[in-house]
Amino acid sequence: MQTSTVFLVLVALSFVGFLVGRKRSHAVAAGVGGMHLLHSLPKHYGYMAALWAGLPALLLLVLWMAFEARVVHNLVVAELPAQVQQLHHSELGLYYNQIVSYATGSSDATLLDENQLSAAEHYRELMSNSGLMKALLVCLVAIIGALLAVQRVSPALRARNHVENIFKWILFTCSFIAVLTTLGIVLSVLFEALRFFQSIPVTDFLFGLQWSPQMAIRIDQVAASGSFGFVPLLVGTLLISMVAMVIAVPVGLMSAIYLSEYASRQFRAVTKPLLEILAGVPTVVYGFFAALTVAPFIRELGESMGLTVASESALAAGLVMGIMIIPFVLSLSDDIINAVPDSMREASLGMGATMSETIRKVLLPAALPGIVGGILLAVSRAIGETMIVVMAAGLSAKLTANPLEAVTTITVQIVTLLVGDQEFDSPKTLAAFALGLVLFFVTLLLNIVALYVVRKYREQYE
Amino acid sequence: MSKESFTNTAAIQASLKKRYAREKRFQWYGRLAVLTGFVFLFILLADIVGKGAPAFTQQYIKVTVEFDPDRLGVEPGASDEELRKADYLGVVKSSLRAMFPEASGRQEKRQLYRLISIGAEYDLRDYVLDNPELIGQTLDIWLLAHAEAGAYLKGQISRKIPEGDRRVKDIQMQWLDTLREQGRTESRFNTLFFTEGDSREPELAGIKAALYGSFFTLLVTFLLAFPIGVFAAVYLEEFAPRNRLTDLIEININNLAAVPSIVFGLLGLAVFINFFELPRSAPLVGGIVLSLMTLPTIIITSRASIQSVSPSIREAALGVGASPLQTVFHHVLPVAMPGILTGSIIGMAQALGESAPLLMIGMVAFIMDVPGGVTDPSTVLPVQIFLWADSPERGFTEKTSAAIMVLMGFLIVMNALAIYLRRRFELK
Amino acid sequence: MNSIAVTADGIGEAGASSPEAGLDIHDHSDVKDYETVGEPFVEDPKMSARNVNVYYADKQAIMDVSLDIGKNEVIAMIGPSGCGKSTFLRTLNRMNDIIPICRVEGNINLEDQDIYRGDQDTVLLRARVGMVFQKPNPFPKSIYENVAYGPRIHGLAHSKAELDEIVEKSLRRASLFDEVKDALDKPGTGLSGGQQQRLCIARAIAVSPEVILMDEPCSALDPIATARIEELIDELKERYTIAIVTHSMQQAEVGDTKEVFTMPKHELTENYITGRFG
Repeated sequence: MQTSTVFLVLVALSFVGFLVGRKRSHAVAAGVGGMHLLHSLPKHYGYMAALWAGLPALLLLVLWMAFEARVVHNLVVAELPAQVQQLHHSELGLYYNQIVSYATGSSDATLLDENQLSAAEHYRELMSNSGLMKALLVCLVAIIGALLAVQRVSPALRARNHVENIFKWILFTCSFIAVLTTLGIVLSVLFEALRFFQSIPVTDFLFGLQWSPQMAIRIDQVAASGSFGFVPLLVGTLLISMVAMVIAVPVGLMSAIYLSEYASRQFRAVTKPLLEILAGVPTVVYGFFAALTVAPFIRELGESMGLTVASESALAAGLVMGIMIIPFVLSLSDDIINAVPDSMREASLGMGATMSETIRKVLLPAALPGIVGGILLAVSRAIGETMIVVMAAGLSAKLTANPLEAVTTITVQIVTLLVGDQEFDSPKTLAAFALGLVLFFVTLLLNIVALYVVRKYREQYE
Repeated sequence: MSKESFTNTAAIQASLKKRYAREKRFQWYGRLAVLTGFVFLFILLADIVGKGAPAFTQQYIKVTVEFDPDRLGVEPGASDEELRKADYLGVVKSSLRAMFPEASGRQEKRQLYRLISIGAEYDLRDYVLDNPELIGQTLDIWLLAHAEAGAYLKGQISRKIPEGDRRVKDIQMQWLDTLREQGRTESRFNTLFFTEGDSREPELAGIKAALYGSFFTLLVTFLLAFPIGVFAAVYLEEFAPRNRLTDLIEININNLAAVPSIVFGLLGLAVFINFFELPRSAPLVGGIVLSLMTLPTIIITSRASIQSVSPSIREAALGVGASPLQTVFHHVLPVAMPGILTGSIIGMAQALGESAPLLMIGMVAFIMDVPGGVTDPSTVLPVQIFLWADSPERGFTEKTSAAIMVLMGFLIVMNALAIYLRRRFELK
Repeated sequence: MNSIAVTADGIGEAGASSPEAGLDIHDHSDVKDYETVGEPFVEDPKMSARNVNVYYADKQAIMDVSLDIGKNEVIAMIGPSGCGKSTFLRTLNRMNDIIPICRVEGNINLEDQDIYRGDQDTVLLRARVGMVFQKPNPFPKSIYENVAYGPRIHGLAHSKAELDEIVEKSLRRASLFDEVKDALDKPGTGLSGGQQQRLCIARAIAVSPEVILMDEPCSALDPIATARIEELIDELKERYTIAIVTHSMQQAEVGDTKEVFTMPKHELTENYITGRFG
């Protein structure tokens, strides 16, 4: 049965549970001499029955869906002939995928062997059984839940408190998803990265000066060590981020200063939202702009000045990334500068300082920690930015500090290693997770430091 | 003392000119910075509109088509099945040859055929299927031009470029000029762009599949992120005790807001695709990943909105005997809803523009067919843009920009809605 | 020594010291018919105000005030909150210029020069007419840098030694030097409230102003710190002309004060002067 159908049946069962629970409470009330003798209102007994019917069954449904594919996979593979099971993990995966795509009707039988055809039959059978069992079990759990709840209806049952407690638990679970997400990120990245470090020593990864993962397609080809050196990626990432900061910090900071200290209220009201459009432009658009407009422009400009500029120069990617980050720096510094108390401005102006002297000698030094925090946040943005560099930066991991050359970044490599067909145990794909691990912790660290600095700064003026 | 102040006055006066010059300069730096931001914005938008606008028109060529039964390989009165298998490409080619008999040699003929899109074949087929009586007749039919021929007709290809460097050759230009003089060319609004999926041919490629993919993905994102986000915000604002666990949750939410989006893609790949074996390239997984990514935004804005609800409303509700839960759901949430919706729309706009994590979970496939549900292979609009941007043909550059314009159009509408809601909310 | 209590009539019907407060003006129209007490005019004044009107947008904050500030005297202005004392003080060194909606009419002269004339320079004016604010507002810099700030921006010291000398002299005149001489590189914000306010006075003195405006300099301080500042003001009047806005009768009567207050007819002002408002 379709999952959506099962879900609708479940909703219907919950509703029936509600009706029965409410009816039952009326009956009980009539037995003891009136509704007022019951602890809660009839509808609360109804809600309780509905929740008992719906929640466990829903949980079962979600778990079933989550594990169905995996269990069926194992069952089908277990039935395959021994020599097929002996296949290398990745080949087995491909073999299995062919079975599934045939069984679900998305490809025809032309490329399949005997075993696969029978396995496909087996697969179909398992799936239809699974579907049937899922529907039956879910309905059964729902009905048992509702019955248990209805059974418990009595004048002393604090149904309302009970329902509210369940709701609070639901609310708590929702907020706990944030923790689970972080945990999921850390575990998934860490787990795969550890597998990577089993074949490539951590030191080779962290301190290696050469990055050429394309050479190692399978574990046995890894022999040429030193091809997973992370340093060139880090240098490339930092180079592009630095170019971005060189654009974004002066423009963003000076705009913030001008808008908060000089501009009239009307000018500010028009200008700020317009500049913030830059923050709402999807990164893929910036990537397109960088690759097709800015990079050729910079190359031609460089060539006209007699410079050799790579067609995917770090400068182009960094420049466009800088444009993207301008509004980010702008609004952060705007907040920070506005947090400096007016009394500082008055004190300085009152002694005859000009506005620019006040800004440079009083406001900026006072706001410095906050601005540094904001810049750290922006750097973390730049390091984690993906689409611009994927589209406009190169793939060659060159160890250079020249922004006119092509460099590659951590995020570019993650995308390159993982997009397209991939086998899940070659160091090549696992390397992407090792890079993800580094990326996650570097940005996490930057954010924690930045948020700490900014918070301390704000507390100082509160 | 008076001597002291006199010297000060003189000293200050002497330095004033320099100081005011510095002040002026500083102000100009500020103006320049704001201006720089504007210039960047303007160039970005102008570049995209400039490149994308031509994609909304398409060139058609009027070809005198002879539905010769021999050429088609069917008899008049053939069944639909036979008609479907007929050789329409051959008809297009022979019709072109008939119009330009001077084309000789394989090379020239091939160039002649390249005036018309390969999609014309299917248009003719559908046309004949609708009107089987046409077999044996000859009539003028508007056929879609090939992307390169179309680009020449739109005036995008200059004759000044050396012939070797352009895809439209001199002889093709001559033919096209002749056609134009005969009034056999026409520019029409590009409906295919909105009614087709992806294609290898720029003139046939459209965004419909990507739009559906985006819709299904956002649907999943919204159905997950909105209730979970609002519930989480309600819990943290109204019920959470002050303890370590709550602190942990809050720290996690703040940090997740700053985790690079690609890391969420890694999570999706490792957990949902590899561990749970959910289908690759499906809006279901894309939606789950994006909902995890937008959750912090929705939680943070919803909390701010709930916080701003006046305590008197809570007190009034609690005062008449409502439970804390009833108070929140009956009284606080309705008041906070505009703010919550504003935040959610902004979160959805982020999700709509996001592409990096979707690359990780395989939503980069070449999708011609419109997905029918959340488990069908799909792509989304930003990823379609990414794919087209990678294609070398000129026609795709144009499509990319046009798709960007459509994407930005959606984003503008969403943000405008958010601003409208916020305004209304503030008025209260 | 001339102390003047300017009551409601002198300084318009309402006033405010900041643009925010300017939008939230208390209506004191009921105290309109009160008279300035004390002698508002002197011979050869340092500063003189004639028919000054100040508006925040459409709201009039100061109505037709005329007043002289004599050389080397302390002039104290008292009156109910929001009556425009601070606003008047701020017009004397054009601090109101930074509030876009504020408009000043009438003449204010500093030694025969109209400070509101077009070619008058606010930088120079504010160097000559310094200001000390209600809340101590040292910069988040070291004590030394706080005092050196003015001389540095105005280029008054030509060497490090000269600057050291100015800083020391100013701190001494603000009677703070002995307390902080070993901690000149410590942040000024780390001092106590009273010390911070004396630091702000030292900072103002460092550019050798001719007039010092003080806007309720003790309102944020405890009584002991207040006493120190009052003592200090008494000493400073030897060298500087001081205009002070205050809530405290004691400051208004610092030194050998002659009878300057007639009994106000209005109850609010009476309460004020007799100190019932603290």
